[in-house]
Amino acid sequence: MVEIEIDGHTYQVREGASLLPTCLELGLRLPYFCWHPALGSVGACRQCAVVQYKDAEDVRGRLVMACMTPVRQGLRIGLEHPEAERFRASIIECLMTNHPHDCPVCEEGGECHLQDMTVMTGHVRRRYRGFKRTHRNQHLGPFINHEMNRCIACYRCLRFYRDYAGGTDLQVFSSGHRVYFGRHRDGPLENEFSGNLVEVCPTGVFTDRTFSAHYARKWDQEYAPGICPHCAVGCNLSLGARAGVVRRVINRFHPKINGHFLCDRGRFGYDAVNDRLVRPRFEGETGVSGAALDILRGWRKEGPLIGIGSPRASLESNYALQRLVGKENFHLSPTASDRQLLDRVLALLMRPEVRVPAPLECEECDAILVLGEDVTQTAPRVALALRQAVQRHARDRAEALGGQPWQAGVVKQTDIGLRHPLFLVVPHATHLDSVAHYCHYAPIGEMARLGFEIARAVEKGADGHVTPASDIAATLLKAERPLIVCGTSCRCPELLEAAESVAMALARRRGSAVDLLCIVPECNSLGVALLGGGTLEQALEKVERGEVNGIIVLEDDLYQRASASRLDNALNRLDRLAVIDAWNHRTAQRAKLFLPAAPWSESVGTWVNLELRAQRSFAVQPPQGSSRAAWRWIDAAGAGEWPDLEALFDDLLQDYPQLRPIQALTPDPSGPVPRQPHRFSGRTALNAPRQMHEPKPPPDPDSPLVYSMEGLPFHLQPPELQPFYWQPGWDSHSGALNANPRQADRGVRLVDSMGPGDWPIGISATESPGGEKTGRYRRGYWQVVPRYHIFGSEFISARAPAIVQRTPGPYVALGPEDVVKLGLRSGALLRVHWDDEELVLPLIVEHGLSPGVAALPWGLVPWFPADGEIGLQPLEKGE
Amino acid sequence: METKPLTGRFREDGRAVSLKEYHAAGGYDGLMMALSMHPDNVQKRVQDARLRGRGGAGFPTGLKWSFVPRTPGDKYFIVNADEMEPGTFKDRELMERDPHQVIEGAAIGAYAIGAHTAYIFIRGEYRYAEKCLQQALDEAYLQGILGKRVMGRDYALDIHLHLSGGRYICGEETALLNALEGKRPIPRAKPPFPQVAGLFGQPTVVNNLETVCNLPHIMRLGPEWYLSLSRCEDGGTKLYGVSGPVNRPGLWELQLGTTAREILEIQAGGMRPGHELRAFQPGGASTDFLLPEHLDVPLDFDSVMAVGSRLGTGCLIVLDRQTCPVKMVLNLETFFARESCGWCTPCRDGLPYTETVLRDLVAGRGCHEDLELLQEMIQWMAPGNTFCALAPGAMAPLQSALRYFREDFERYAGKGDG
Amino acid sequence: MSTSSLTPDEITAIRKALDTYLWPEAAAVDALYIVQQRHGWVDDAKLEAVAGVLGLSPAYLDSLATFYPLLHRKPVGRKVIRYCDSVSCWLMGSDRLAASLRERLGIGEGETTSDGAYTLLPHPCLGACHQAPVAMVADRLLTGLDPADPDTLLEEGDGN
Ligand SMILES: Cc1cc2nc3c(=O)[nH]c(=O)nc-3n(C[C@H](O)[C@H](O)[C@H](O)COP(=O)(O)O)c2cc1C
Ligand code: SF4
Ligand code: FES
Repeated sequence: MVEIEIDGHTYQVREGASLLPTCLELGLRLPYFCWHPALGSVGACRQCAVVQYKDAEDVRGRLVMACMTPVRQGLRIGLEHPEAERFRASIIECLMTNHPHDCPVCEEGGECHLQDMTVMTGHVRRRYRGFKRTHRNQHLGPFINHEMNRCIACYRCLRFYRDYAGGTDLQVFSSGHRVYFGRHRDGPLENEFSGNLVEVCPTGVFTDRTFSAHYARKWDQEYAPGICPHCAVGCNLSLGARAGVVRRVINRFHPKINGHFLCDRGRFGYDAVNDRLVRPRFEGETGVSGAALDILRGWRKEGPLIGIGSPRASLESNYALQRLVGKENFHLSPTASDRQLLDRVLALLMRPEVRVPAPLECEECDAILVLGEDVTQTAPRVALALRQAVQRHARDRAEALGGQPWQAGVVKQTDIGLRHPLFLVVPHATHLDSVAHYCHYAPIGEMARLGFEIARAVEKGADGHVTPASDIAATLLKAERPLIVCGTSCRCPELLEAAESVAMALARRRGSAVDLLCIVPECNSLGVALLGGGTLEQALEKVERGEVNGIIVLEDDLYQRASASRLDNALNRLDRLAVIDAWNHRTAQRAKLFLPAAPWSESVGTWVNLELRAQRSFAVQPPQGSSRAAWRWIDAAGAGEWPDLEALFDDLLQDYPQLRPIQALTPDPSGPVPRQPHRFSGRTALNAPRQMHEPKPPPDPDSPLVYSMEGLPFHLQPPELQPFYWQPGWDSHSGALNANPRQADRGVRLVDSMGPGDWPIGISATESPGGEKTGRYRRGYWQVVPRYHIFGSEFISARAPAIVQRTPGPYVALGPEDVVKLGLRSGALLRVHWDDEELVLPLIVEHGLSPGVAALPWGLVPWFPADGEIGLQPLEKGE
Repeated sequence: METKPLTGRFREDGRAVSLKEYHAAGGYDGLMMALSMHPDNVQKRVQDARLRGRGGAGFPTGLKWSFVPRTPGDKYFIVNADEMEPGTFKDRELMERDPHQVIEGAAIGAYAIGAHTAYIFIRGEYRYAEKCLQQALDEAYLQGILGKRVMGRDYALDIHLHLSGGRYICGEETALLNALEGKRPIPRAKPPFPQVAGLFGQPTVVNNLETVCNLPHIMRLGPEWYLSLSRCEDGGTKLYGVSGPVNRPGLWELQLGTTAREILEIQAGGMRPGHELRAFQPGGASTDFLLPEHLDVPLDFDSVMAVGSRLGTGCLIVLDRQTCPVKMVLNLETFFARESCGWCTPCRDGLPYTETVLRDLVAGRGCHEDLELLQEMIQWMAPGNTFCALAPGAMAPLQSALRYFREDFERYAGKGDG
Repeated sequence: MSTSSLTPDEITAIRKALDTYLWPEAAAVDALYIVQQRHGWVDDAKLEAVAGVLGLSPAYLDSLATFYPLLHRKPVGRKVIRYCDSVSCWLMGSDRLAASLRERLGIGEGETTSDGAYTLLPHPCLGACHQAPVAMVADRLLTGLDPADPDTLLEEGDGN
């Protein structure tokens, strides 16, 4: 800490940081545009000018840009110096020469950083009498609107999209005041993180197109702190809703998980909740809740029911189901081989030799081995973090050359010829390849073999660079903080074993724990694995043996888990199938009884992410129609007597004492936390068609959040519960956050408190892991690997209209060699078959896919063969 | 030749000096001499000669070189031949008429900092200059002057020509580095300075083309001789040019520190009949106006600075009494506004704003408040307030015009008030 | 990306330019000049083809191409007339020269004559200020022009 002086006051601040965020954190009002906490400083907009004095005697000082100025002992600054104030107003005056006066119709209005800065600098009078330059806008796809005339050329979009997220299709064109930010031609923005432009752009150039479809002003929405349910990363986000419609998702800063950014699946996947089932159904007929419940209660009396829990449902709902049907009748939807993978993952994460980093901690790692995961598709936010890790050497180098690690331009211009410490061992080309030092594409078995080879090389202390394996081993050994990223997406236990042996070898060599992150498929995959339960196959066997009276399926489509013939076979024997879910799907269609579950946006729930961090997500609006939180349906069917979630939770922790740390998850605030901003309008008007007097706000017994604007002021709201950001003078989301950065780590990391014996192993580890995946296959048969798609491979988000537009159709992919060998072209139709399944699919050429290996898009074609091979017959040659 | 080292070899017919002619006049002796010395001693010799950069800022060349780390590794030497400062036409002459001098100078500079690759960054319009240089380069390679063993010595050097796509900003040395790297030519933040991390991240020196042409002579004839050429503390001759309504506009190599009067009245033959001198810019479009009362100021770096302007490129632009100074400033600002790279706000949006205000003024739409506004703009774009020196350069003529030609501005200013 | 809109010569020339630099981006301007030399301007197809040869995204290449005024991304006439509109030429009557050119050609600045013969562009200082006013027609510099006489300029410009 050092002492600096600003406008005659002294402050204790952190040395070496940029002066701009330092001022903001002190609560001082210093306007800025081009600076961004994650993108660093470039000194382009010149908005953050302050006067810096040479020493204690200097009375004149000179203007400097706060964002480019490092904090040092004795720094003397005049923030309110008239010269600085005049200069800052002049910047707005310059920007306003071209900025249109379309604030009333601009979607950024009311949460616009430019509006805030204009007011803050005091520029009020227009002197410019000239013309404004105009631009043509582009169609940028289903996610993002483009209104270039509003651009103030801060370059943030480019710095995020291109430099931070690695996108290649957004650029700046032309020069001078004609600069244009857009694509080379109209078309969807390709990068998986394009949605962040909405928040990164300080004006209304890039706005959320899905939000436009049901737009409401910032202050006219209710907000809730949510957790993204679309993958296992568990990014924190804020939901906005009004009048029964969820309007949008914005980022909610979490210092260890998502920081300032979300992926597009997380940001645009929400819209699925606005189109779903909200009425109970019995034998195809819509019914009322009471009758539906009576039916379920009746079934229960008639005989034992089986419950099938789901990794996309909360701990609470799964636990409720387990209580309803009894532990012995509780199963989980993943199949035996998937369950075995998850159990392996749990065992791996709890090993003392392994340290599980939070997603953003990956940015600090200086050598990374990715084994078998297309991280961009399976855990997008982690891929974004890996991209930043790659720049670590450049940051160090910039510093060594006299720059600052937070000066983005300096880092970029010194990132030359540096060896990026990222090694990818993957089944096909991925979007991280371009920043990797080395990519190895291989069939599954070979990936595992290379993994073991690396482990052996680490063991031997390899320092040579003879083979890829020894090269990778040498780099991992040299690193200060090596990281292994593995996962279950290839559904191959050997790959996990290989990752484990690399980690163990490294740990032994280093004498300390090694960072290892394991990517699992769903938002609560690890949570349900901790609860335990039988496998899907075991459940089906019980049905086949006629041991059960009925099945209750919780928030899942079993047809995405197991083969249709197997399921049909079992379910055909059974009359009583109940499904509790928010969406219709193949299983739901078969159900005799359907109970509408409140989706994640309308219920409270706890999930455990890939680092074994339990997090709680809150409802932004009350359950719509007849829907209820799944656990409430189950409770009403006779599981327990839980007046609220807390009561259920107490029982859960009684039964699972090892989960007790989760008790600390939700702080007890000193009062209710309002979901509504203080300027929320139209409470009465919203309801006017039905009744004139103001209705009582709906109750929310499950959380300290209230559907009201009354309650704790912002500064007293615990960060876990803070629904949105606002600060006086800072109406924009990011501005408000930066003016009051609450860096509190949130969630409870079970991995830090649990040991290997702490969870019930669901299935015996001796069960067969499935076919030996060595790449030796029958003639006419291909090894099949799942190809994951950020848009389409996950159940909920795949139902959001904007995501649907970006989802590829079903296909089968082969590597270039095989395509040539078969004399095919892309687009050729192939007959693809396995087990009893047969499909006709168009061919896609997938770069990097090895000979003898085919890929099918996960979630976009029915369940894959359990033995991992498919037959292919060309029907035509293609275009 | 001894008093006009840079232009002494120029042929009467304007064609480029051939390699044979160049050799005959002592060409490449300077490089030979340099190669026989330790690079540090080459640097020392240039420092002793007190050569200051001719690119506009007048930074001591030897000192700039000394910042290059002595550690092994790739280094680059760059000759800045972007010459886009309006009113300036000196580097082109040097390239077209004595290209080997450029190559020899570049080779000496490269050797002095330990670079094995040099680039000559030429503005895209200078196709003929490029042709002359390319021909000379081919000759030099053929003769073993360049390549794996420069002049038979154990030193390798490649020199490449790069033709710019245009824009004034490309001449700014850090923008030039980005241009050469194939990035958008936006200036870079410093530190690190190019001498430490420049082209392709490696230590790099950028020198103006005229600066570089001095090097062979300093090597060959020594610092003392070089110092004796000038009339001031700093060494050497300077290419001075004059454009505008004078009798004999042109370019001359004269002692550094020659007065404006000698240049205007003797070399350029005075004002054209019927034209009277109102003011002049001493070194290109981005320098403050000087008045007839400054005619006896020696045009060297320090003396021009002392009277509130800059030597700049040493190419004078003459304003006569018939021409409206406000319109001249409008012309200048139109140029600068158009050439801004678009990176920082005051320059990108402030310069077009300045241009608009001036355009309104001369169109009779101006008001008195506009003069205050212009005065403010000079503050917005004062040195240090913008990302690079382009906008402050643009403000130099405006600021001095507002001081010296106030009445002309006032005359316009009333018109739009009513 | 198809490179078919480039001739083999052009592709060879671009590959050669690559040798001069440490990475392909740096050869971008050279490559675009190579294409422009033959066609007068760079259309979308050729830009994409060049991007393909250099291994860059078309957006990246276009970001550079649109920065530089000497690279044309729109069609131009067979001869581009760039008259210098900077200070020294302005002092010596470039305004009048421009006006007489506009009148003679019947086009405004930035426009191309209907027969596709000429495009008229104002241009920053051409570095021949002592011979003002000057203009460049195609790649030829014409100096000491008479502002009132556009025809001499056009004739001399045709003399290549
Ligand atoms: C906007 C701008 C344009 C410049 N253009 C040129 C130029 O065309 N040629 C040049 O030699 N220097 C130019 N400079 C100066 C260079 O940045 C640099 O100082 C010079 O090349 C250094 O050479 P010297 O040390 O030999 O003078 C320009 C500077 C600025 C700010
Ligand atoms: S989909 Fe995954 S990575 Fe993307 S925002 Fe959601 S949790 Fe984060
Ligand atoms: S925020 Fe400091 S210059 Fe833009």
